[in-house]
Amino acid sequence: MSSDPKTEPLDRRRFLGAAGLAGAGLAASALPLRAQEAKPDPLITEVQDWNRYLGEGVDKRPYGTPSPFEKHIVRRDVSWLTASPDSSVNFTPLHELDGIITPSGLCFERHHGGIAEINPANHRLMIHGLVDKPLVFTMEDIRRMPRQNHVHFLECAANSGMEWRGAQLNGCQFTHGMIHNVMYTGVPLKLLLAEAGLKPSAKWLMLEGADASGMNRSLPVEKALDDVLIAFAMNGEALRPEQGYPLRAVVPGWEGNIWVKWLRRIEAGDKPWQAREETSKYTDLLADGRSRRFTFIMDAKSVVTNPSPQAPLKHKGRNVLSGLAWSGRGTIKRVDVTLDGGRNWQSARIDGPVLEKSLTRFYVDFDWAGQELLIQSRAMDSTGYVQPTKDELRKVRGVNSIYHNNGIQTWHVRPNGETENVEIA
Amino acid sequence: MSRSLKPVLLSGLAALAIIGAGPLIAQTAKTPPVEKTAPVARAQAPAATPGAPAKPAPLGLGRLALPAEIKAWDIDVRPDGVGLPPGKGTVRQGDELFQAQCASCHGEFGQGNGRWPVLAGGQGTLTADRPEKTIGSFWPDLSTVYDYIHRAMPFGNAQSLSPDDTYALTAYLLFLNDIVKDEDFELSDKNFTSVKLPNAGAFYDDDRETAEKAFWGKEPCMTNCKPEVKITGRAAVLDVTPDSKSAPKVD
Repeated sequence: MSSDPKTEPLDRRRFLGAAGLAGAGLAASALPLRAQEAKPDPLITEVQDWNRYLGEGVDKRPYGTPSPFEKHIVRRDVSWLTASPDSSVNFTPLHELDGIITPSGLCFERHHGGIAEINPANHRLMIHGLVDKPLVFTMEDIRRMPRQNHVHFLECAANSGMEWRGAQLNGCQFTHGMIHNVMYTGVPLKLLLAEAGLKPSAKWLMLEGADASGMNRSLPVEKALDDVLIAFAMNGEALRPEQGYPLRAVVPGWEGNIWVKWLRRIEAGDKPWQAREETSKYTDLLADGRSRRFTFIMDAKSVVTNPSPQAPLKHKGRNVLSGLAWSGRGTIKRVDVTLDGGRNWQSARIDGPVLEKSLTRFYVDFDWAGQELLIQSRAMDSTGYVQPTKDELRKVRGVNSIYHNNGIQTWHVRPNGETENVEIA
Repeated sequence: MSRSLKPVLLSGLAALAIIGAGPLIAQTAKTPPVEKTAPVARAQAPAATPGAPAKPAPLGLGRLALPAEIKAWDIDVRPDGVGLPPGKGTVRQGDELFQAQCASCHGEFGQGNGRWPVLAGGQGTLTADRPEKTIGSFWPDLSTVYDYIHRAMPFGNAQSLSPDDTYALTAYLLFLNDIVKDEDFELSDKNFTSVKLPNAGAFYDDDRETAEKAFWGKEPCMTNCKPEVKITGRAAVLDVTPDSKSAPKVD
């Protein structure tokens, strides 16, 4: 989180000046002693328990978990969204995370028939259909193939889907939390297909899960031969059961539903299957009553995670605005941020790795005088795509498409720091 | 981060050249089920030659899938009828099955209980304020109904319905959606592809890169972009966010 000492204060002043905000000079003034600081802090002057008594030894936590002080940082669901928790979704607490990697246990879940619990010794992957040799692989087989590591975001096509008709959910966990970003380890699908000998007539693959919904999706062969991975690990360890243990598809930049979990079967065919999840769901109903289908790619998008409704501003003076940007078409080139509802913008500071089809972290280090803010971020990707406003999207798509809402998000910060999901004109 | 495959392929080929074709037997001996199956006829792994075409060499892993195994898992059905098993069922038979196995969630007439999916009705609502997307109003292909019922329903007891049961339930859903009117109508693998769903023609492939071309290549405004800004909608008004109420304190 270092910033260039030569340019950063200048940028900040120019930004705040352009935004017409008062009080830009206040924050850098002398540090005031707050009332409670007039007395020595007992946390400093008295020896604390943890400073005196021995803690737990090394064998107490064979698999480490977060501090008990972090126990409120969890995936959350919105119970009214779905009929049953077995076919439902929960949301990544984006406002509590930093950097670009999502901890495995906080990656949002979406299941269509609950979590399949599979002993890897009992898992098989079959490749058949338009191939020279239909094959069956064990996990042992797959772990002996050449593997690769790649960091990618997985975003549900319905992320922000509740916001098409207007601001609805008050928190970026709920408006944008159907996304996660992890490092996958797996075998390029093209190697597996070569092993079976894909026939030239094969144009589509059907990927199917071993769960109780038998989740199936049609994947164009062209994508399969490009960058799809069949992954067995995330963030350096085996996939979590919620994320498809022991084997899942990784389809970089494409909607999460096609990243079939608990992957057990790949059939090669000459046409798509028109499965339930690519016809009745995951198609985009437009205003004229017609629907786009096979809208695989996730358009460039961004969101300010802090401040946001679950992470209000608590301090005047120095603050860190932080957010995430991503594009299913390539890398993030630039993120612009406004504090005054789009009257004036500045380019955010991108920090950390900028990877293909991966979350990218951005920051604006700013001073807050306690005035109202209307915060937005706008992502631009390596194909020149500029994240549209929600109204620009509605103009082309109407409000009934559920999926692929990548419009610009607005947070309204009140003088008391309270932050709300709003829409502006 | 460009994703050139060249280094990976070359290293893969190099590894194969070192291993040669020898270890195949050792590999197969390790996993007992492999021994029971027909050996896979494999080309010898080609030697690594610099500048060889970028085609991955066979790894010599996995085994042939047996016909009985493919048959057990190959349950998918396509719109052109590929994958439909022999079988048949009538609307009447489907009604009986539906009331016993489906109605507790989907309602007696497919109207949906609570937030469980509505299966029938909704015709003519796709441009309405609240579209009702059902099999009759929205789904493009009947094969999807068969495929999904068979693979995933009843919820919590997947793949328990026979082909005849599945044909009968599909026939009943056509009846609930007024696509067939006769309770004696029998759906089978023979007449399946002759049934068309009303909304079949209303889907087209992703055209965002042309229809939404205006989202590319803009140089966005950075200063004094608009004279005033007003708030037009607020999430707190709806109050549907899980336990969202706790006012912050600013110092």
